[in-house]
Amino acid sequence: MTVNMTKGQAISLQKNDGGTLTAVRMGLGWQAAPRRGLFGSRTREIDLDASAVLFADKQPVDVVFFRHLVSDDGSVRHTGDNLVGGVGQGGDDEAILVDLARIPVHIDQIVFTVNSFTGQTFQEVQDAFCRLVDETNGQELARYTLAGGGQYTAQIMAKVHRAGAGWQMTALGTPANGRTFQDLMPAILPHL
Amino acid sequence: MTAELVRGQNHPLPQARLEIRVSAGKPIVAGATLSDEQGTVHGVEWVAHPGSPTLPGLEVSKQAAADHRLACDLDALPESVHRVSVLLALPSGGPGPLRFGSVAAPFVAVTGLDGSEVASYTITGLDAESAVVALELYRRQGVWKVRAVGQGYAGGLAELLADQGLPQAHQLAGSINEAVAQGLARSVAAPPPRTSEGDRSRHAATPALGQNQGGATPQGAPGHVSPQHGHPGGPGHTAPGTPGHATPQGGHPGGPGQPDPSAVTQPAGAGAGGPVNYSHPGRQAAAPPPPPPTAPPAQPGQPAQPVAGDATGWSMEERLYNQVWGMFEDLARATAAYRSAVDFAESRMEQELDKVLSDPRSRIGGQGDAAREAARAKHSQLVDRAREALDRDLAQLTAEAEVVEPALPPAFARWDNPVWHGYRVPMEIPMALRLGDLHLPESAGLSIPMLVRLPLERGLWIDSGRSGSFDGSIADSDDLRRLGMDTAVAIAARLLAVYPAGEYTLHVIDPAGSGASSLAPLVQTGVLNGPPATGAAGVTDVLARLTQRVDLVQMAIRGGAADSLPSDLDPAEQLLIVNDFPHGFDDRAVTQLRYLADEGPAVGVHLMLVADREDATAYGPLLDPLWRSLLRLTPTPDDHLADPWVGHAWTYDPSRVPPGSQVLQHVLTQVAAARRSWNR
Repeated sequence: MTVNMTKGQAISLQKNDGGTLTAVRMGLGWQAAPRRGLFGSRTREIDLDASAVLFADKQPVDVVFFRHLVSDDGSVRHTGDNLVGGVGQGGDDEAILVDLARIPVHIDQIVFTVNSFTGQTFQEVQDAFCRLVDETNGQELARYTLAGGGQYTAQIMAKVHRAGAGWQMTALGTPANGRTFQDLMPAILPHL
Repeated sequence: MTAELVRGQNHPLPQARLEIRVSAGKPIVAGATLSDEQGTVHGVEWVAHPGSPTLPGLEVSKQAAADHRLACDLDALPESVHRVSVLLALPSGGPGPLRFGSVAAPFVAVTGLDGSEVASYTITGLDAESAVVALELYRRQGVWKVRAVGQGYAGGLAELLADQGLPQAHQLAGSINEAVAQGLARSVAAPPPRTSEGDRSRHAATPALGQNQGGATPQGAPGHVSPQHGHPGGPGHTAPGTPGHATPQGGHPGGPGQPDPSAVTQPAGAGAGGPVNYSHPGRQAAAPPPPPPTAPPAQPGQPAQPVAGDATGWSMEERLYNQVWGMFEDLARATAAYRSAVDFAESRMEQELDKVLSDPRSRIGGQGDAAREAARAKHSQLVDRAREALDRDLAQLTAEAEVVEPALPPAFARWDNPVWHGYRVPMEIPMALRLGDLHLPESAGLSIPMLVRLPLERGLWIDSGRSGSFDGSIADSDDLRRLGMDTAVAIAARLLAVYPAGEYTLHVIDPAGSGASSLAPLVQTGVLNGPPATGAAGVTDVLARLTQRVDLVQMAIRGGAADSLPSDLDPAEQLLIVNDFPHGFDDRAVTQLRYLADEGPAVGVHLMLVADREDATAYGPLLDPLWRSLLRLTPTPDDHLADPWVGHAWTYDPSRVPPGSQVLQHVLTQVAAARRSWNR
């Protein structure tokens, strides 16, 4: 029951049985660039990066990305940088695991972003997708297809924010440009 | 002569007494239904299942298992029975799989009593189904035949039974599942699966990425796989099976008491459900480790009860080591979460107060006060919530520490742990050594064992100076020096005790003899090879010997000629304790010491310096690399150690022998005795 979310659509991360989500994973997958020409070493790899920025009252207080794989409090973990993408099997090449129950109390929003570190636009990347998965049962909550996304090198994917006692997810899907999450900060702030 | 049947194919049965063997990768339920000429099952008495395993001419297992043998005597079946359907189902409600698509294709064979196979059938192509009619044995013109059916049902047993026209299908399916659950409860617990969950991650809430990743269809999902009504007697004509009426003649005569010589009881297929074992059967060294103690499943809404050794590892020691490091990391991160929340609350309050202050309107009337009050309330509310979360985490870690501490082996245990009273000289080198305790100001009651891997990778520096930020309770620097030496002796004694006899040699340089009282336990029990070296001559002598040893071993290793080392070379690891550095050291000795600190650890020569850095100021920056290369410890609690994750300043508390305790003498006496018998 994947929800192919549209921009700005909000879904509550409540489970069907009323319990709230305890863990979500943001997965990012893409296909390695096809090898061109005679010199294999000269094929340009595509490196997409997933990042999660943790906000407290609209101020960024922590970030999890390939240079800081675990948030200081340990609740958000990046599984590690993948520089070349997968083989297009549909699996996640990079993933960020969020243990919602353990997030420090002052953090009220987490924004997930995707950047093209090597600079290719999403038009050039094949089979790129990002998705949010309920870690407890592996169900996909939301999925975006990035491929063919136009002349952009980044996307602000979604934000997970506190709503009452639980968490809610809002799909953002805003295209942007930037090499790492830092370049996206101006684009993220209006969404908080 | 085996016939390998494909779906729908039939095969004559040569004899009446048969066994039906089922094997699946995982424990499954096997049963059978009897039906009449129209294919109708007339009541629950016509179903053999784990709750009621015996019918005339038919017996099934009482429990779920990966392998089944169903006994069947076609001649003993009631006359009205024209068909026996063998059905398989996955046990519901357990930890096992919920769909046949996630297990290996079940294999069913009809054999004679002697084991000769008559026909076999592998049920392939199953997906979301959780119950399946595997075979049917049917009577056609007086002759029994077997047909491969392979009809699956996504709705499970209930749907399967309903399809056979059984009016009480749902109740029966429920009672079968209950009987299976009871059978599982009776049987020996299967070993915990060595898969992802539990073991690998420390958080009970961490989900498994295992079998369900493909988006499991929930059991009973409507409409996904609809049964085909291919064979005669589909639900169309069998609907009028009025409840409770059509009891077959002699429906339940024998009951469970009827003896059946061919009945074979099955052990609970505990092992058969596990993962494939790739180890070579003849190779014993790769024996898998005993399963770790895992925490019992938590009550909903409650954290799991902690268990000592609840971590990965090949041995209990390794698991405890990993668990302690896991606790260390969790405490560091939980505290980081608390601190960042408090910092944030404070900075937000300051900003809000500033805003109030700079707003001219707030100076009139009570508006400003109210705004200030609101800012403070927000602050304290957030801090309270953060403290609540921290207290929750601390309670969990404290509970874990309470079970872990008593379970620790000597090398990891505090001196006051009873394990030291039952001390025996070990046969193996432990993987790590406890140097002391670590704690944070937020959680003073919870201390984490500071474990370092053995052999030591760097030397130790017991700082007997006043450079540390201690609270001034010890005014006298002589006291500090004595405490420093006590700490060094306690650590050295621990190292001696946790190594097998004769595998650790201690050298002591005490140039002025000022450490004599602290060294007494080592000297008196006779664990030293010689008395502590004193004076400049002693310093030179010990350093020369150790330097030569490092040179020799290095040369031997580089030249690949370890055999040619002199036979009188002590193969044990060496530890040199230097008291009062740099007292009694000349330039040459200092250079040698630096050489030992740099090159020694790789060839088993370690250094423990008890020194006040102030004493060595005369050497200037020359010694800075030496201090940096050593791990600084303090004889009094001092917050100078940083964790590798967040970089908190942890307070180090040395592991000292409780005052008045004889445990150190007791342990060292045993070590000395073992060394004597080993030397002989």
